[in-house]
Amino acid sequence: MNVLRAINSALHDCLEQNEDVYFLGEDVLDPYGGAFKVAQGLSTAFPERVITTPVSEAGIVGVGTGMALRGLRPVVEIMFGDFLLLAADQLVNHAAKLRWMANDQVRVPLVVRTPMGGRRGYGPTHSQSLEKHLLGAPGLTVVALSSLDDPGGIVKRAVLEDQDPVLLVEHKLLYAQDVLTPGGDHDLAVDRWGTGYPAYRMRVRGAPAPNLTIATYGYMADLARQALLALAYEHEVFAELVVFTQLSPVDLAPLFESLKATKRLITAEEGTLSLGWGAEVAARSLESGIGELHLRRVAAREIPVPAAGALETAMLPQVDDLVSAAIELSRRG
Amino acid sequence: MPTLDHFYRAMLRIRLFEERVLDWFPKGIFYGTTHTYIGQEADAIGVLEHLVPGDIVVSNHRCHGHFLAYGGSMHALAAELMGRQTGVCAGRGGSQHIQWRDFYANGILGGTVPLAAGMALAERGSGHAVMAFIGDGALGEGAVYESLNMCALWSLPMLVVLENNRYAQSTPIERNLAGTVQGRFEAFGIPVVQIDTTDVVQIHDVAGPLLDQVRKGGGPRALIIDTYRFGPHSKGDDTRDPAEIARFREKDPLALAASQLPTDIVSSIDEEAAAEVEAAFGQAQADPPADPGKLMAAVGMGP
Repeated sequence: MNVLRAINSALHDCLEQNEDVYFLGEDVLDPYGGAFKVAQGLSTAFPERVITTPVSEAGIVGVGTGMALRGLRPVVEIMFGDFLLLAADQLVNHAAKLRWMANDQVRVPLVVRTPMGGRRGYGPTHSQSLEKHLLGAPGLTVVALSSLDDPGGIVKRAVLEDQDPVLLVEHKLLYAQDVLTPGGDHDLAVDRWGTGYPAYRMRVRGAPAPNLTIATYGYMADLARQALLALAYEHEVFAELVVFTQLSPVDLAPLFESLKATKRLITAEEGTLSLGWGAEVAARSLESGIGELHLRRVAAREIPVPAAGALETAMLPQVDDLVSAAIELSRRG
Repeated sequence: MPTLDHFYRAMLRIRLFEERVLDWFPKGIFYGTTHTYIGQEADAIGVLEHLVPGDIVVSNHRCHGHFLAYGGSMHALAAELMGRQTGVCAGRGGSQHIQWRDFYANGILGGTVPLAAGMALAERGSGHAVMAFIGDGALGEGAVYESLNMCALWSLPMLVVLENNRYAQSTPIERNLAGTVQGRFEAFGIPVVQIDTTDVVQIHDVAGPLLDQVRKGGGPRALIIDTYRFGPHSKGDDTRDPAEIARFREKDPLALAASQLPTDIVSSIDEEAAAEVEAAFGQAQADPPADPGKLMAAVGMGP
């Protein structure tokens, strides 16, 4: 099963299991089923609770917030993550704050899901990884799906169980990826950490103890898996990969466990470098008391995402960038 | 039909509350800022007299009058402005962010209208109405139009009460608004009634049928009330022509109501309301300040 089917089937289950669940978004009705087809079949099965909306991102996130305030469990799809900025006021000034600002008198069980990321040639306004702009907003949980383990289960947890607003970030390239269940990979051993929005530690099976750690999330985890194998088989550099699902609020416990042994950290993200997720992870790692660390951040270059394939490839972080950063870092210390 | 003395009392409570706020602000008793409702009292009272339990009220930065008209506690509101533990939101929201029962106020202009639409969607078919108060200044915000479109498209039970006090902060409406206020609603096919009045009875009588239509599933309605605020936008920031203010003060909604009541009734209500305000502010002043020890309570707020 690929990630698209896992999310679609989880949404179907959510609508079936709880009549308070609604699904709203642009172009989400069948036969179109959403720009990325995540909503395929939902409106046929649940015509009353799947609502196609005008092109009004701020409006529909606000509508979702209002519905959540009345005890419903709305899921709002934003067609491209780039368009989330249109709804930033609704997310930050309304949905995220309401509970705390009202002294816990209300809850906002809202899920906003959106495809992020490039590598499809959609150009500067349909390819960005903008989640860093919404990380650290108090009251907003930001979760990034990956192809690991159980992406559908994470969707269900957000939609059916979480009482507070969740932004679900889905990299576009994940949709076609097969879900990798722990134990399902012959080359990599996977350990799950935590129960809510879990983290994962991965190592090459049978390899010597790792001496560096790569921390990442989303589709970059797929690239990092390739890098892990290339490093081990082609360069005899052994790394551990820590993949996060929950980006904000930040909980890095499994990373610190890994860093105690390796003392070398590479952060990898598809968004631009400055003031990004990797900077926060690096700072917290240094503050954690583990001691001296060697650090490298791998991220996109600080320009808009280009449209031309060759330019886009050069702008975004690739497997080779991870491999060369790891080789360079493994020689230090 | 409520009697005029009831309306007068309700409006006066707001007036005296707000006057006390402006009077005490320079004394350093409050913290932050405020936006008073003086002059617009008839709007909230006339409309919210129709409130039934389960109705939802969405308000803006100028929310004290709406909150008191909704039935909120004067003491808890005073305490919120003073940053007391006993405040409506325990000091977390302050003057512009009041939430209690089905009352929601937020200081982001226009940003409240999508929430109101979402609540109306959740309430569709329930017989309850969402009453969203916005001002003429909020008409500059795009989110308002996204929401009006959805309200009309989905036939949501919402009454938008547009209080046109003719100024967005310091800027007169002529410098902010092209076309007409009613045109903003008519563009979406939302039936709109515009009244230029400070007569609480008239506002009450016009709002009633509109709310009936909303409750019966007739879709959204808009009520535009042309009004005026006698006080500054906030605390002391008033650059309007004093002669203009004086002209509008001649239409004071309280004076209008009082002029139609026996003087002994008026003075007894005056005394009663003054005593209530005195007690509310006195009690709030004696209450313990908001507790920094509870700063991180109600989480989802990160480590």
